[in-house]
Amino acid sequence: MVNKENEKDKFLAPENKVHIVIGPEGEEITVDPLKDYFCEAFPKVHEPKNRIVENFINWARAESLWVLGFGTGCGSIEIPPLLSPRYDAFRFGVAMRATPRQSSVIIISGYLSVKTLKRVIRSYEQMQNPKFVVALGSCTINGGMYWDSYNTINRLDHYMPVDVYVAGCMPRPEALLAGFESLKKRIKEGRAEGANEYATNFKWYKANQKKIIKDWNMPDYNW
Amino acid sequence: MDYVNKIFFVLLGLFIVLNWGLIMSGLIRKIIARIGNRIGIRIYQPYINLIKNYFTRSQISHGVMYYLGPVFRLSGGVGIFLFLPLIYGSEYWSNFSFTGDLILVSYFMFFGMLGMALGAGEGGHPYSTIGISRGLAQFTAIEVPMILAVISIAIQYQTLSITEIVAAQQGGILNWTLFTNPLATIAAMLSFLGAMGHSPFNVVMAPQENPVGPPTEYHGTFLGVLQTNRAILHVVEAIFFMNLFFGGATNWFELILKTFLIYFWSVFVGVVFPRYRVDQSISWLIKIPLVIGVLAIIFIM
Repeated sequence: MVNKENEKDKFLAPENKVHIVIGPEGEEITVDPLKDYFCEAFPKVHEPKNRIVENFINWARAESLWVLGFGTGCGSIEIPPLLSPRYDAFRFGVAMRATPRQSSVIIISGYLSVKTLKRVIRSYEQMQNPKFVVALGSCTINGGMYWDSYNTINRLDHYMPVDVYVAGCMPRPEALLAGFESLKKRIKEGRAEGANEYATNFKWYKANQKKIIKDWNMPDYNW
Repeated sequence: MDYVNKIFFVLLGLFIVLNWGLIMSGLIRKIIARIGNRIGIRIYQPYINLIKNYFTRSQISHGVMYYLGPVFRLSGGVGIFLFLPLIYGSEYWSNFSFTGDLILVSYFMFFGMLGMALGAGEGGHPYSTIGISRGLAQFTAIEVPMILAVISIAIQYQTLSITEIVAAQQGGILNWTLFTNPLATIAAMLSFLGAMGHSPFNVVMAPQENPVGPPTEYHGTFLGVLQTNRAILHVVEAIFFMNLFFGGATNWFELILKTFLIYFWSVFVGVVFPRYRVDQSISWLIKIPLVIGVLAIIFIM
């Protein structure tokens, strides 16, 4: 049987295409991995609680920033020194986590190629609701020295809501620490609602992402 | 003492143990940071992490066992606490200890681990499964010398009651099991290193080896429950070892000092020695503590 592929399925990995699995008793089961293996629910807006409670929780969120260990571009080499005795970000409540589920901050550390953007989106969407984006370096603001590159994005905030920009090429670790301080200030003021913003403007963000990622072969939302 | 009073003191004891566990973990991380010439976290950082995790806004589930994993883990920690006499000679702080509590407490040490294995397996992340298989393999190798030491003590004192074991050690430092049965103490304290999960034996959770390990998929409240359990479990296991080998405690100050020193033993070894791979750690545990544990039983009979 010739497997007719429509335009949408063109980039889909073979294991993610609709296929038939033979069960233990010989029955045929049709599997649509994008529907069966991934959750289809779109992100929801989680309204903040009342002011006094939210202020207290926001203080806790600000003082315990768990950063996803995700490095893109040149800036990823500026992050490891943060954990060394010289800069010691731990004293500000910053810690690194290796899994997006447990982390609340993702640092986009420099230029973002289209290929990496896909992975960034997946990782960002797997993080749980109060989540913050720190954009490091001028490449994330306007493309920096890569502004006319064929393969990197120019403005990060077209693809995900950015909380804090740390400008420079490359910013030193001190600048990143200062960025964390301003992120804390923003969280404590209750202005860091990036996750809700992403959920509200989900269609706009998705359209932007799909415009630049030609080989879209994953579900629309990676929860 | 009536039941209401009993339950009140058990809950109060649990509250104290939880807080001591959180403060101690902050203190220990501060000490480790100072060894590395860093300023380190604030001592109350574990509280902030706990608050943050309990109030994560969105959470996702992977099924029923995924929910039950942290619950089993917590009931493992609280289960040890419930049947462990905290302060010797105190009616208020003896919890629900009874004549066979030594067996039950040893069982509860493994219980949480098994529950966590089921929960992390349902999470479906490959790193969870790798972490769990390493963790269970290593913990089995840890448990065997520990149980051999426990059996050796049970033979020595002819009892399975922790309270009676503590009672037999009263009346001077030379009556402690540390001096009356040094082989069992050595076997148990070496396996204690593994049970605490500090450096030579932290391949299960080390982020550099195997990102986060079993709790890879756990977040928010699930992770908060796991952290709560971790704080309780560390103190409670230290109390268990204190009761068996170091003469128990007759007041809270003594308990806090002894549990800190016992826990610090694992940290002290952890900052000095690098990490074992899982095959190295298991063969080390089988070569040295296990042999010492067998010798402890042979010499006591």
